[in-house]
Amino acid sequence: MKALRKFMDKIQPSFRPGGKLAKLESVYDGMETFLFTPNATSRSGAHIHDGNDLKRTMITVVVALIPALLFGMYNIGYQHYLAIGQPDAGWFTMFLFGLLALLPVIVVSYAVGLGIEFIGAQIHHKEIQEGFLVTGILIPLIVPINTPLWMTAIATAFAVIFAKEVFGGTGMNIFNVALITRAFLFFAYPSRMSGDEAFVKVDSAFGMGDGSMIDTFTGATPLGQIATNVGDSLQMTNILGEPISCLDAFIGLIPGSPGETSMIAILLGAALLLITGIASWRIMCSVFVGGLAMSALVHVLPSATYPASMLDPWTQLCLGGFAFGAVFMATDPVTGARTNVGQYIYGFLIGVFAILIRVYNSGYPEGMMLAILLMNAFAPLIDHCVVSSNIKRRARRAATKE
Amino acid sequence: MLSKKNKEAFFNPLSKDNPVLVQILGICSALAVTASLEPAIVMGISVIAVLAFSNVIISFLRKTVPTNIRIIVQLVVVAALVIIVQQILIAYNYDVSKKLSVFIGLIITNCILMGRLEAFAMHNSPWPSFLDGIGNGLGYTIVLLIVAFFRELLGSGTLFGYHVIPQWCYEHGYMDNGLMILPPMALITVGCIIWVHRSRNKELQEN
Repeated sequence: MKALRKFMDKIQPSFRPGGKLAKLESVYDGMETFLFTPNATSRSGAHIHDGNDLKRTMITVVVALIPALLFGMYNIGYQHYLAIGQPDAGWFTMFLFGLLALLPVIVVSYAVGLGIEFIGAQIHHKEIQEGFLVTGILIPLIVPINTPLWMTAIATAFAVIFAKEVFGGTGMNIFNVALITRAFLFFAYPSRMSGDEAFVKVDSAFGMGDGSMIDTFTGATPLGQIATNVGDSLQMTNILGEPISCLDAFIGLIPGSPGETSMIAILLGAALLLITGIASWRIMCSVFVGGLAMSALVHVLPSATYPASMLDPWTQLCLGGFAFGAVFMATDPVTGARTNVGQYIYGFLIGVFAILIRVYNSGYPEGMMLAILLMNAFAPLIDHCVVSSNIKRRARRAATKE
Repeated sequence: MLSKKNKEAFFNPLSKDNPVLVQILGICSALAVTASLEPAIVMGISVIAVLAFSNVIISFLRKTVPTNIRIIVQLVVVAALVIIVQQILIAYNYDVSKKLSVFIGLIITNCILMGRLEAFAMHNSPWPSFLDGIGNGLGYTIVLLIVAFFRELLGSGTLFGYHVIPQWCYEHGYMDNGLMILPPMALITVGCIIWVHRSRNKELQEN
C-alpha cells in the first residue's frame, strides 16, 4: 500500500497544471480517489457528515445487485442446458456457462460507458464521476442475453451521451441511463428484443455448452407467451413446453433478462437497500402497491382480447421486470421524485402504468421500462406541485392566524 | 446585382443565420420528411421555390398592402404557390407526393416562410428578397439533406433507395437501426448537427 502511495505521489506533479500530462489530470484524480480516501475534507467550522458519499452509495447498490447478478448467471446456464437437452449438467457447469455468457456484456458495458465518461471529463476538465458504476452493472442485467455485443455497445454509448453527458453528467440526467440503453435497443432492433431467441442463450459461450436446440424449444418469456395467448384460459410454459406457475416465477428459473427473473434475489437486494437507507422505501412500496392495485382492477374484468388481464395480481408482480424495476430503477434518487408525498405519487403511478401498458398494449408485453421512463419525465412536475401546494397551505395557515 | 448586402442576404442563411440550426424554425417538417433522402430533397426544392417566389411577390406588393391585412395577403400568396407546387408534384412525381402527404400543404404554416416575408420581403426590393428566399430555402434544404442522409443510411441501409451497406455486413450480424426511422431520432440528429455547428461557430454559443 505504501509503495502505491509513494508511486502516486511521485507521478502527481506531471498531472498538475504545467506538467507533462496536465490534460489527464482528471484521470489521475479519479484513480487516486479510487485507491485512497480523499483527504480534501474541511478542517475547521461545523460540518456534520456521515461516511456516506457518492462512491459508497454506488457500491452499496452494486452489492445489492449481486444476488440478482449471480442468480442471473446461474439461470442463463440453466435455461441453456435445458434448451440443449442436458438438464442434469450440474449447477456449477450451469453457473460457469452463465458467467462466461454474461461477462462479455459486463465488460462491454463498462468499457464503453466509462470510456465515454473519461473522455467527457477530459474535455470539460472535470473530475471523473463514479456515476456509471451502477449503470454499468444494470445494463447487462436488463438487456436480453442474446443481444449482440456491438448492439449493447452502441446502445450504451447512445444512452451515456444523450441521456447523461448532454444533460451535464452524473446527477443531472432526467432519464434513467440504463433504461434508455434498453429502450434504444428495444426500438432500434425490435427483432432481437423479443421472440424465441432473445432471452435464452442459444449458442455456446467460449466453446462451452455446445449443442443444438431440442425440437420443442420455445424461448419466449412468460409475458411474451401471454401477449400472444389465444382463448379463455392462460397457459405459461417453460422453454420445454412444460407448464409453470407463479412459484417458478418467484424463484426465477424462467426465461427473461438476466437480472429480472428471480423475485427472491431481487428482494434480497431490496432488503439491503432499505436497511442501509440508500433507496426510498416510499417509492419502492408504492410501486408495488400501484402495480397490485392496477392488476387487481384489470383482473376484475378479464377478457381474452387482453390476455394479461387474466393473470392474478401476485403473478403479475412476479413476472417480467416489474420487481427489478421497482427495486433498482424506480428508486434511482437522481431521476425519481424527491419530496416525500411526491415519492408516493411517483411510485404509485409507475406501478399503475406498468400494468396498464402490459395489459392493454399488446405491442409491449412488458411495460415496466416505459412506465419508469414516462414517470422520470413527470418526476420534476410532481415535486413542483407538492412543493407549491405546501407553500400555499402554509401561507393560508399563516393568514388565518393573524 | 451582387452588392455586399445582397451577398449577405444569400449566404448568411446557409450557415451563420441558418433558419433551422440557428433560428430553430421549420423543425416540424424536418422531422416528418427526413426518413429518406428522396422526399427530403423534393421537400427542400418545394420550399425553395415557394419561399423565393412568395418573397418576390410580397416584395412587389409591399407598398400597396395595408399594414393591418398584410398577414392575410401573405397567406394568400403562399397558399396559391403551395397549391401550384402540390399540383405539379401530383402530376409528375405521384409517389413522392404520396410520401410527403400533408407536409407540402403545410409549407403554408412553415415558420420560415412567414418569418422571411415579415422580416425581409416587407422591407426590401424584389431582387434581394429573391436572393434571401433562395438562401433560406437552401439553408433549410441542406439541413434536411444531412438529417435524411444519416437517417436513411443508418435506418434503412440505403441512399436514394439503393442499398449501400454491403450484404456481407448483414451476413455478419449487422442490422439496420429501426430507431433512426422514428421521429425522435430526427430531433436528436438535428440536435447533433446544431452541436457540431455551434462548436465550429463560437460566436453563436449562448451562455
